[in-house]
Amino acid sequence: MLNYDEILNIAPYSLNKNEKEKLLFDGLFDLTKYHYENCGNYRKILNTLNINFDALKTVSDIPFIPVRLFKEFNLASIKEDEIFKTMTSSGTSGQAVSKIVLDKATALNQQKTLVKIVSDFTGASRMPMLIIDSPSVIKNRLMFSARGAGILGFSIFGADRTYALDEDMNLDLKAIETFLDKHKGKPILLFGFTFMIWQYFYKELKKLNKKLDISNGILIHGGGWKKLINEAVSKEDFKKALKDVCALNNVHDYYGMVEQTGCVYMECEYGHLHASIFSDVIIRNTKDFSLAPIGEKGIIQVVSLLPESYPGHSLLTEDEGIILGEDDCPCGRKGKYFNILGRIKNAEIRGCSDTYEKH
Amino acid sequence: MKNINYIIGNENTIDTPLEPFSDCVINFLNDVSSCLLKSSKIREFTDLSAFAFWARKANIQNLKNLMGGGKINRLGRGLCFHIAPSNIPVNSVFSYAFALLAGCSNIVRLPSKDFPQVDFICNFLKEFLKNYPEIEKRTAFVKYEKDDEINAYFSSIADCRMIWGGDKTIELFKSYKTKPRCFDITFPDRYSIAIINAEEIKTLDEDKLKRFSIDFYNDTYLMDQNACSSPQLIYWLNDNKTARDKFWEFVYTCAKEKYNFQDAVSVDKYTKICEDAILNSDYISNFQNVENLLYRIELNKIDENITELRGNGGYFYEYSLKNYDELFNIINEKYQTITYFGINPETLRNDIIKNNLKGIDRIVPIGKAMDIDVIWDGHNLIYELSREIV
Repeated sequence: MLNYDEILNIAPYSLNKNEKEKLLFDGLFDLTKYHYENCGNYRKILNTLNINFDALKTVSDIPFIPVRLFKEFNLASIKEDEIFKTMTSSGTSGQAVSKIVLDKATALNQQKTLVKIVSDFTGASRMPMLIIDSPSVIKNRLMFSARGAGILGFSIFGADRTYALDEDMNLDLKAIETFLDKHKGKPILLFGFTFMIWQYFYKELKKLNKKLDISNGILIHGGGWKKLINEAVSKEDFKKALKDVCALNNVHDYYGMVEQTGCVYMECEYGHLHASIFSDVIIRNTKDFSLAPIGEKGIIQVVSLLPESYPGHSLLTEDEGIILGEDDCPCGRKGKYFNILGRIKNAEIRGCSDTYEKH
Repeated sequence: MKNINYIIGNENTIDTPLEPFSDCVINFLNDVSSCLLKSSKIREFTDLSAFAFWARKANIQNLKNLMGGGKINRLGRGLCFHIAPSNIPVNSVFSYAFALLAGCSNIVRLPSKDFPQVDFICNFLKEFLKNYPEIEKRTAFVKYEKDDEINAYFSSIADCRMIWGGDKTIELFKSYKTKPRCFDITFPDRYSIAIINAEEIKTLDEDKLKRFSIDFYNDTYLMDQNACSSPQLIYWLNDNKTARDKFWEFVYTCAKEKYNFQDAVSVDKYTKICEDAILNSDYISNFQNVENLLYRIELNKIDENITELRGNGGYFYEYSLKNYDELFNIINEKYQTITYFGINPETLRNDIIKNNLKGIDRIVPIGKAMDIDVIWDGHNLIYELSREIV
């Protein structure tokens, strides 16, 4: 198996296409073998799909499994007593949630990877941190939801962590103002989930007609645009709205998922999401899964060197995206840069076996 | 009740029965049919054109003759409450027409989801009914959001119910109180298979194979294999690899040309094979995937749990069948339709009866899986929706 600590010493956006292909292929090939040997369910899948290890020559040859499987099955490459924590996706009530099992090593590597990636955008020093969420989200430490895990994960970058919302998701203006007074003039880190920021922070400030000065802040947000697209709020609207209510100039979206925690894809100054050396996105034709060229939209496969405790190193997501380029983003970061276009449309079921709807 | 939207008719639907196949019903259906067939809209809705074709006077007259012709000494049961399926939109209309032919008056609960062909046919029927007051009085099409009270109300006044929509819907509707004599016809989740004689495939030339693959396509891909009568598992008699591969090659070509392949279906199928790998790998001897369009899962054994193996959108299980006995051993009441090619259906039907099987209601050639008619799911709907006066 690869030595992950060595990889952590490589700057996260420093490898060009060929260098990265080699690094990723060696790591992913080993992980594929490792999970084949250690996870019975994963082995059954590869056997059924007739995967021949000798035929795996490039990163795109590495077999992928649908991300949905983590909602239906226990997929672990570690023994029960090695489980350090189990992470879950934050599905709305009634929906199945993904369950991801972590051992200590994988959990630690996730944290270290996140630090490497994010500090490329925020700098290495810790900043006072305003979390745009409610502290109640992280109360249950045993079952980490994606939201809780995100907050805790990013908390490592912050000092004097303060929550902008109270236990009931109301804007805690007093806490915010005290925090801003205390750290006047200093760079500030803000973190939250895209929809929560919009719904409970921006809209409330707007309603109260309250302007805050956080012009020295840097906001990192993630969690997806699904709900905002429904409200017809674009990326640009989002940025402009925040600039209006709190003078924020520095806003970075990120793409990530609980099934591959740690190796997030950060948005650069040019509005592009970037793949670091720890992971990559592969765009495939949504119908036949053949590789899509740069500039063509398709379904997103994500690969990551991190997952050792569960077979999540190569996953077929249900998101669509488009690669904008590789190694040549004007921001200077190497690797692929891309956009997310949202989830693929649910299939319209025709037929009578699945006719149960609300009565 | 305030939350009921009467798309057609009103709360004053009468429950006076008619004779089965009464002239006014036959004429009404024929008028609807000929106007539908002339409508330019019909091309958009192939399912409605199937209905229009079925509702022709010649066909209905034929059905009437099959059921005993002029004098069958029957009257409709009264008021029929239809719980229409939400995903084969056209069955709402078929269900209505069957009960009307049997002599019932009707309250049809349409699925709350909107379908363009349902909107279209409702507007169409509404206009036509103006000329048929006797039928208009016996017709209501309703829509409403989830509502126990309304479900219970319609159930309480019904003399019979047509409950489509599978096991869960049936369970729900059986929980409502009905008249002691209320007669329910239920359409639970069913399972269907195909039997193909490989020897006969070998005799087909390219043209015939092409036509045959279109028939198979219409039974399967056209409705994403979601219909209960759509085959899930293909049994090969006199199995022969060359014939099999040839057949699938033509099916693939046909699907490539015709299938409206939705993006999510490719992910669903890929997920399904992974699920099958985890849950059912001991059944699977081989797997082939052609561009995500055609999934072939070859099985090495069959048993009574095989009805759990279900695919959608071009996801087929197949098995090399030694003889009918092997199949008869596992057939239970879940089995609905056998579509066939190259076998003698009479022999098969006789064998099913001789072997006292609890399943299989229908044996039809490949290409006819979707053809719904008054005998469906083992029920003679005309007889069951009417009462015989002896």
